Amino acid sequence: MHAVLKMIAQRLALGALTLFVVSIVIFGATELLPGDLASAILGQSATPETLAALRAQLGLNDPAPVRYWAWLTGALQGDFGVSLATRRPIADMIEQRLGNTLFLALYAAALAVPLALVLGILAALWRNTIFDRVANAGALSAISFPEFFVAYILVLWLAQSGYFPSMVRISPASSLADKLYMSFLPALTLTLVVTAHMMRMTRAAIINLMASPYIEMARLKGASPLRIVLRHALPNALAPIINVIALNLAYLITGVVVVEVVFVYPGLGQLMVDSVAKRDIAVVQAIALIFASAYVLLNLTADVLSTLTNPRLMKRG
Amino acid sequence: MKNLTNRHGVTRRGLMQGAAALGAAGLILPAGMRKAHAEPQRGGTFRIGIGHGSSTDSLDPGLWDNLYVQVFAASRHNQLIEVNNEGQLVPEIAESWDSTDGATWVFKIREGVTFHSGKTVTPEDVLASLNHHRGEDATSAIKTFFDPVTDIRVDGQNVVVTLDAPNGDFPYLMSDYHLAIMPGTDGRIDPTSYDGCGPYVVESYEPGVQASLTRNPDYWKSDRAHFDRVEILSILDSTARLNALMTGGVDLIDQIDPATIGMLEARGTARILSIPGNAHYVFPMDSREAPFSDNNVRLALKYAIDREDMVDKILGGHGAVSNDNPIGPANRYFHAEMEAKTFDPDRARYHLREAGMDSLNVTLHVADAAFSGAVDAGALFAETARQCGINIDLVREPNDGYWDNVWMQKPFVASYWGGRAVEDQMFTTGYASGSSWNDSFWEHERFNELLVRARSEIDEDLRREMYHEMQQIVSFEGSVIIPMNNNYVMATALNVATPERISANWNLDGFRCVERWWFT
Repeated sequence: MHAVLKMIAQRLALGALTLFVVSIVIFGATELLPGDLASAILGQSATPETLAALRAQLGLNDPAPVRYWAWLTGALQGDFGVSLATRRPIADMIEQRLGNTLFLALYAAALAVPLALVLGILAALWRNTIFDRVANAGALSAISFPEFFVAYILVLWLAQSGYFPSMVRISPASSLADKLYMSFLPALTLTLVVTAHMMRMTRAAIINLMASPYIEMARLKGASPLRIVLRHALPNALAPIINVIALNLAYLITGVVVVEVVFVYPGLGQLMVDSVAKRDIAVVQAIALIFASAYVLLNLTADVLSTLTNPRLMKRG
Repeated sequence: MKNLTNRHGVTRRGLMQGAAALGAAGLILPAGMRKAHAEPQRGGTFRIGIGHGSSTDSLDPGLWDNLYVQVFAASRHNQLIEVNNEGQLVPEIAESWDSTDGATWVFKIREGVTFHSGKTVTPEDVLASLNHHRGEDATSAIKTFFDPVTDIRVDGQNVVVTLDAPNGDFPYLMSDYHLAIMPGTDGRIDPTSYDGCGPYVVESYEPGVQASLTRNPDYWKSDRAHFDRVEILSILDSTARLNALMTGGVDLIDQIDPATIGMLEARGTARILSIPGNAHYVFPMDSREAPFSDNNVRLALKYAIDREDMVDKILGGHGAVSNDNPIGPANRYFHAEMEAKTFDPDRARYHLREAGMDSLNVTLHVADAAFSGAVDAGALFAETARQCGINIDLVREPNDGYWDNVWMQKPFVASYWGGRAVEDQMFTTGYASGSSWNDSFWEHERFNELLVRARSEIDEDLRREMYHEMQQIVSFEGSVIIPMNNNYVMATALNVATPERISANWNLDGFRCVERWWFT
């Protein structure tokens, strides 16, 4: 166990370093955007006088390193500051959106991961049969369409006929059943988009192992095909599968703004886009940092889990 | 119809607009407008899906700039003066207003009106609300409205505004949507507060997502605010907006894509409202730079555009041809008898020759941020111009940053105006020498002289003559191509009833649909 703890500590330290580098990149990138917050807030109505007044009010005249340092030290204490555009605390703005985003990501993952695993295992078990081909073709078709197209098709079939709402209206007060019903279409859209990747990786990893001598041994001993796949092949195939799942979860958290727009889902993606458009740098930085943390944490978890599934690595560690 | 309907305008990102209303300002009471359809009924939750709104939207009245915040503001606030559905000024928090010389304006503040917090509306609150937009450190989009104001003071139940020169149209400015009346403390309003004296009380608000409001039980207008509750949702995607209406998720949506209007009508589950006004789409040319510094070049381009075709293709017929005139048929002094410009390749070539050219190469910068369909409009323009020996090189710019990096930066671009209630407002904002929004950088001595004289001219006929001459000058010597006036197009569920006339001064019944409409 000691080895595992040490490995986790090392990974966490690396993760923190990665985040620090990312924070510098984020800050630098937002500095490169044309225009600044004052001109974005005032838009077409900006005049030199109102611009100067607003810039002074917002503290935009300080040099970039000063603003970066103030932001970083605040963020480390959990204080992201206030939105430059609305003067609301950023933590408040993000809290509910982050909750919504995580809810949708988990909802979609809860549908997609079991579905992908089951389909992948069955496809491996019955490879080159009709089932394998149909599952593969179906999953690949779903992933090949742009997300918004899949979303519109679902709206056409399932929303216009009145089964599910085309627009997600949830609040912290909504009951879980309500939330699940309201968010069904976006969750289904995302499920269709991410299933193919995980399913094909599961299938490929298992099939790859099926040619190994130890599987042949099991087969010769008369184990049933299902038992061979579940008991002998799957545990050794977990590492690549876990990595693919982690990547897809990260995508579900950070990359679903198109689906959010189509279903009017109040998630972090839309907040990020709004904030970039308004040059609300403080909010952009905070969200980018959250997205980066999601990637780092999920990859870290995937690393640790795949190590745990591999006794050889465990011993050596 | 008649006179005054106006549209004021503004640019989408807000801007200043002007004034408000239009026309004549009679002191007609709002009760006069009730007649239309059946008697309004109380009740229901009115859900509006709006194609604007952002998580960065502010509660500060000086920064309001999009339809979402405008409708949300009209739901919770009142102003000094309202523009009714005929485009006339009617009293709101100002019970009456008067001026003896046009330079000193006295607004009598209505008594017995309370804010949602329970505080009584006083002249001091009005003073604080106006002062929020005025002064050195103000960041308000309508700061320039107050440039001519030398003093605002409270006198008993009155608020007295003193100008540095007479301006008979000043009350129009005071009907601007930025001028919400909010409670003042020590002479300042709190720009982060919801508190207002309007028809609905804010229950919850998540910027860029939705606002929920309940009826103000103490609202002073007894014949308004028919819904029990109002929910205003931000639905940016136009397909999602249509879906929301068709599946019963909302009762009203704005900005229908012209391509889908026919299909929506065919389904029979929604009512389309197409309201003509003074809003217009424009192509400003930088008159300081060659070749646009030559009026013959500008005229050649004006004759090289097919206006009818643009109204058909870009607006889907929901609009009207404009004769390069920022003043529309809804304005008081609209000049209808000007020689109309049609697509005329011979005439365009004639003006090119007058400018000493055989052919002309120009670059037009467009983005759909300028107006919906701007890129297509640019392509149409390039197509017709080619037949006149003019080669328009179309550059598609990113929507993001368009107003900072393209508009008023590149010499030939696309843009739009909401139109203005008052001629003076429109000209002063967009065409006067040195104005911040004079997006063609145009200078015309005679025009500028007329502009100042017309402001204080009392003789109605003389004034009309002056405004007609100014429109003639802008149309034939100006540096802005104005091919069309666009309608406000919205759609409602079948059980939503509206007064017979819907305000044309702004979208969604002058932002007032929440207090003027009802469920049948």
